[in-house]
Amino acid sequence: MSELWDSMGPQLWPAFWVTIKLTIYSAIGALIWGTVLAAMKVSPVPVMRGFATVYVNIVRNTPLTLIVLFCSVGLYQNLGLALAAENSSFIQTNNFRLAVLAFILYTATFVCETLRSGINTVPVGQAEAARSIGMSFPQVLGLVVLPQAMRAVIAPMGSVLIALTKNTTIASIIGVAEASLLMKTELESHGSQILAIFAIIAVGFMIITLAEGALFGWASKRWVVRR
Amino acid sequence: MTQQATVLYDAPGPKARRRNAIITVVFGAIVIAALAYVIWILNDNGQFTSEKWSPFVTEGGTWTTWILPGLWGTLKAAAASIVLALIVGAVLGVGLLSEHRWVRGISGALVEIFRAIPVLILIYFAYYFFAEYAIVPSSQLAFAAVVFGLTFYNGSVIAEILRAGIASLPNGQSEAAKSIGMRKSQMMRMVLLPQAVTAMLPALVSQMVIALKDSALGYAIGYIEVVRSGIKTASYFGNYLPALVVTAIIMIIVNFALTSLANRLERRLREGRRAKSAATAAVDLAAVD
Repeated sequence: MSELWDSMGPQLWPAFWVTIKLTIYSAIGALIWGTVLAAMKVSPVPVMRGFATVYVNIVRNTPLTLIVLFCSVGLYQNLGLALAAENSSFIQTNNFRLAVLAFILYTATFVCETLRSGINTVPVGQAEAARSIGMSFPQVLGLVVLPQAMRAVIAPMGSVLIALTKNTTIASIIGVAEASLLMKTELESHGSQILAIFAIIAVGFMIITLAEGALFGWASKRWVVRR
Repeated sequence: MTQQATVLYDAPGPKARRRNAIITVVFGAIVIAALAYVIWILNDNGQFTSEKWSPFVTEGGTWTTWILPGLWGTLKAAAASIVLALIVGAVLGVGLLSEHRWVRGISGALVEIFRAIPVLILIYFAYYFFAEYAIVPSSQLAFAAVVFGLTFYNGSVIAEILRAGIASLPNGQSEAAKSIGMRKSQMMRMVLLPQAVTAMLPALVSQMVIALKDSALGYAIGYIEVVRSGIKTASYFGNYLPALVVTAIIMIIVNFALTSLANRLERRLREGRRAKSAATAAVDLAAVD
């Protein structure tokens, strides 16, 4: 056991730190892109609505594994789209950024759907009042409806974030050194201590996801729209 | 198409129609330009040459050797794990509603644990665990690991859906069952579960979509599912991009069909009886990943 801990202990924090960084960058990107998609989906312009609908339907029905591979094999290896500067850590950085790109593209569809259900919870009178004082569509959406919708969907957004954290493990298939890749290499070198390795990694993920759940649960109560 | 007014904007007048037309043209131009750019790059890389795509059209061998076995692997893993997940979910779900506090506690803890751990971690664990202790024959190792991971994750989600479904039934149902002298197990089996399951049906189909998508995680341990078989074709013919596109189209068609089925079921259930909040609550719960 102590031998396992000697090899695994020092690598544990760097691996989980990569997991956390993957989560944070993807979450920020997905929130922005997802909000844009949601705005398109409720916009008065049919072409934008159509684009958002087609995008969401295609991307959310594709396995994330496939999207990650598509970014790595398709965009980088076949089309030469590099997302990092040419230096010694090129492969690491590039794979990390390609993985973040894949997670943004995928998670944004869930952010979009969640936001749209949030928009439905805003009472009709709010948008009607905004229109009656002459606000344009961007104003109605940006100043009146979206702020209330965002506050209504904090808890479901927490579920999306937890799903994203768990999905970051898929980055291991293109060699991003995050927690699940550490687990795989440790399992290969310490075959007799499978349960211990599993427990360590599982507890790590539970700490992250439970903390996210608690944070978003608290935030949803703190910022609930009282009606 | 005449534009209808929604809550967010008025029916467009002449000025708004003109502005919408301009936005349509500009946005359409951006999308078309982006598409054209992608196609141009792809063409530059020689991705549209016939030898890249012909393996999927002219050679039936591509389908029978790689793609169809891969699709079979995906469907097999998803179907097996959904069936097993229903059993696990039913057991845990009933456990969540138990009157004994320790049964509730254990079920609740298991559900929370399996929902907090990534499926891929479960799959890695099962793969090495089964291999170390030779629990399953080595030819079935990857399949067993994928099914294990999917079963326990989906089982815990189904348990939660089931609990929500039963909790949403009117109190009168269990009171009536008790008043005619049913035992708890009878009440659960003959009164509550049948109603909850019907209300849950759309959520279960949505969960099937998630299982199908997640079975692609088997890629990481070399399970022959549709993504792995696509990559295999690609390494044989040297056509990675077309192979990924074809694989994606197959998965999108299957998942889209299932999603539409879930929506149809939900609409029919809603029309059939009074709006069941259970169905929607359950769908919301399942739709997250």
